[in-house]
Amino acid sequence: MANALDPHAAIATTAGGLTDGALRTADGRPLVRALARSQALARRRAFLLVLPLLAFVLITFVIPIGQMLQRSFYNDGFSDHMPQLSQWFAENPRGAEPDEAAWTALATDLQASAEARTIGIVGTRINYDVPGTRSLFTSTGRQVRRGIEPPYQAALMEINEDWGDPRLWSAMREASNPVTGNFYLAAVDRKRGEDGSIQQVEERQQVYVMLFMRTFWLSLLITFITFVLGFPIAHLLATLPMRKSNLLMILVLLPFWTSLLVRTTSWMVLLQQQGVINDILVWLGVIGGGGRLQMIYNQTGTIIAMTHILLPFMILPLYSVMRTINPSYVRAARSLGATSWTAFRRVYFPQTLPGLGAGALLVFILAVGYYITPALVGGSSGQLISNMIAMHMTDTLNWSMAAALAALLLGAVLLLYWVYDRMVGIDNLKLG
Amino acid sequence: MLDDRHGDAFVAFEHVQKSYDGQTLVVKDLNLSIGKGEFLTMLGPSGSGKTTCLMMLAGFETATHGEIKLAGRPINQVPPHKRGIGMVFQNYALFPHMTVGENLSFPLEVRGMAKAERESRIARALDMVQMGKFASRRPAQLSGGQQQRIALARALVFDPELVLMDEPLGALDKQLREHMQFEIKHLHERLGITVVYVTHDQGEALTMSDRVAVFNDGRIQQLAPPADLYERPDNSFVAQFIGENNKLPGTIEELSGDKALVRLKTGELIDATPVNVTAKGQQTLVSIRPERVEFKPEMMPPGAHMIGAEVCDVIYMGDILRARLKVAGSGDFVMKMRNTIGQTRLEPGQQIRIGWHPADARALDPV
Repeated sequence: MANALDPHAAIATTAGGLTDGALRTADGRPLVRALARSQALARRRAFLLVLPLLAFVLITFVIPIGQMLQRSFYNDGFSDHMPQLSQWFAENPRGAEPDEAAWTALATDLQASAEARTIGIVGTRINYDVPGTRSLFTSTGRQVRRGIEPPYQAALMEINEDWGDPRLWSAMREASNPVTGNFYLAAVDRKRGEDGSIQQVEERQQVYVMLFMRTFWLSLLITFITFVLGFPIAHLLATLPMRKSNLLMILVLLPFWTSLLVRTTSWMVLLQQQGVINDILVWLGVIGGGGRLQMIYNQTGTIIAMTHILLPFMILPLYSVMRTINPSYVRAARSLGATSWTAFRRVYFPQTLPGLGAGALLVFILAVGYYITPALVGGSSGQLISNMIAMHMTDTLNWSMAAALAALLLGAVLLLYWVYDRMVGIDNLKLG
Repeated sequence: MLDDRHGDAFVAFEHVQKSYDGQTLVVKDLNLSIGKGEFLTMLGPSGSGKTTCLMMLAGFETATHGEIKLAGRPINQVPPHKRGIGMVFQNYALFPHMTVGENLSFPLEVRGMAKAERESRIARALDMVQMGKFASRRPAQLSGGQQQRIALARALVFDPELVLMDEPLGALDKQLREHMQFEIKHLHERLGITVVYVTHDQGEALTMSDRVAVFNDGRIQQLAPPADLYERPDNSFVAQFIGENNKLPGTIEELSGDKALVRLKTGELIDATPVNVTAKGQQTLVSIRPERVEFKPEMMPPGAHMIGAEVCDVIYMGDILRARLKVAGSGDFVMKMRNTIGQTRLEPGQQIRIGWHPADARALDPV
């Protein structure tokens, strides 16, 4: 080692004269550490470059979503403003009849809360579980502010008899603990009975499970339809001469460039009962004038419109994969004795799988979370779970419920992603 | 250009024409018969129509006009998978999602062969190309040369009588290419298959083929064994496309049987063998191979003409010395001398006289 003493020869090539057997640089430092140091600067610079994006994602994405998800299991709307009653619930086991101490705690808390003008928050929280109770809280709060005398049970019952409802007490007990799984129970059409057991809600209130099923089923169906429609187009795009394929590509991308309102309005014009398609079918005599098809404001409308808007997400990954498949593969298969169908099935199609996987995953995940199209053309039978989330966000203002539904949706999608990874392998994915 | 083997031709192109756009012909009236067991190379620059001919034979292109016959049977209407022709592609076209074994199994499976039979054939084909241990590998895990061998094995595994090869060695480095040339030639001889080989590499064509068809401009310019092609080119294109070649333009001064006297522009007279010149006074291009040029009078046949030349430079190339000469006013005349112990070393600027055996200079059509 002629240059062992040369200070510029930072890394020695042999581990001569060492006791621990680790490779060392010429000046005796461990090679691993020297390597880490030599790369540290580059790594720091790279980190600084991505820092703005990291901060942006953190502030606008991770933190808000984390907070939202937190609401799905943490709601202190009741426990925060009704401390004494919450204390009583904590000390007395489930099933204990509310004694005068409980009523006292309730009256004191109501009074304090009414003074602090937080009674609405408390009412809203209980209203999630027992509909119609918000006004009970607010009206009682108004009267309690004017003063209330013991015995409190009689006084409160006098203000409103509903205070004796065991359902109400059960709901208040549940709400007294800020950490709760009740929103998740509600999101799968379950609730806690008065004895704390988990039971199904009444049949006419069971909506969420059905909506989840419908959302996944429709998303699967839409994914399948985009595959059936998109595969030949992607193939055409990949094999046509450049000029023609560019023109076709513009047509494929057209839905992206069209305003949502214009697109939806055109669907309405086309699909409604007095619309173009029905008119043509009647004119052709395929259907009678009385039997006009209902193709919008129901599931059919949701399926058609969502397929249309999601089609490019299937076509583009497929196209980018197909373009890289050399035509000589199919030719080779044909020359080896395969019919064109066998050549397609055994040689061409398997090579498109990375694109198909990416497209299917993309379309499915987008479809599962789709909101605006079903809201506009879905009617009642075409509503998906996202529409329910939106309703809880904007109409009922039950954000915890919305968060629980969203969390379930997110969990389901992640689960599917995991299954996909196990079955196909995520590195087999080609998004473009 | 039909040759004497036409009667029992295994593959025959009869008046085949091909046009892609209806405006121009890519293949113009092609007639070619290939004998059973022959190794025929289609050689030509890109765009000469050689690959189109191969694709028509394989069934991926249809002839616009004319007939292609395989074993006496017209195959214009036969789809590619029923032709039973093995093919090796330029990029090998090994199916990337299958292992080597599955790739070889594919042609046997589509033929409905039983598993045991398939396995023994695959093993035999892999042994044939010395790749027996690689059956479970994926094509991406193999080197270019190994992929080449697998492509060869796959084209041969179902025992086709005819194998087409479309520039199969184009992607390999020189050494590997030469080795594979030898192996392909060896396989051809051992299996007795008919091979139609497309290449633009003349060295490849000369070393491997029984006969070479030189393509240019949609036509076969010459169809001949390699030695004939090199030593007796039919026209200027072939003379220039195959090997290094000196060309001297001039006019026919005298024409008598197999001898011609050509007067160069500078007034000097040279000997040549007339090939496609017919009359005195015709313009011609005389072609002489650099290694057939002599500058020592004692090596010349008696009575041969010699002309003056000036040595421009001499390049030492190891086995030979390559001298660039100024002859008849133009400085691109090349002479090759064997690097023997007694070889005269020429110096730049030296004036010499050069000549050649009349049989080595061919008076061809002017281009």
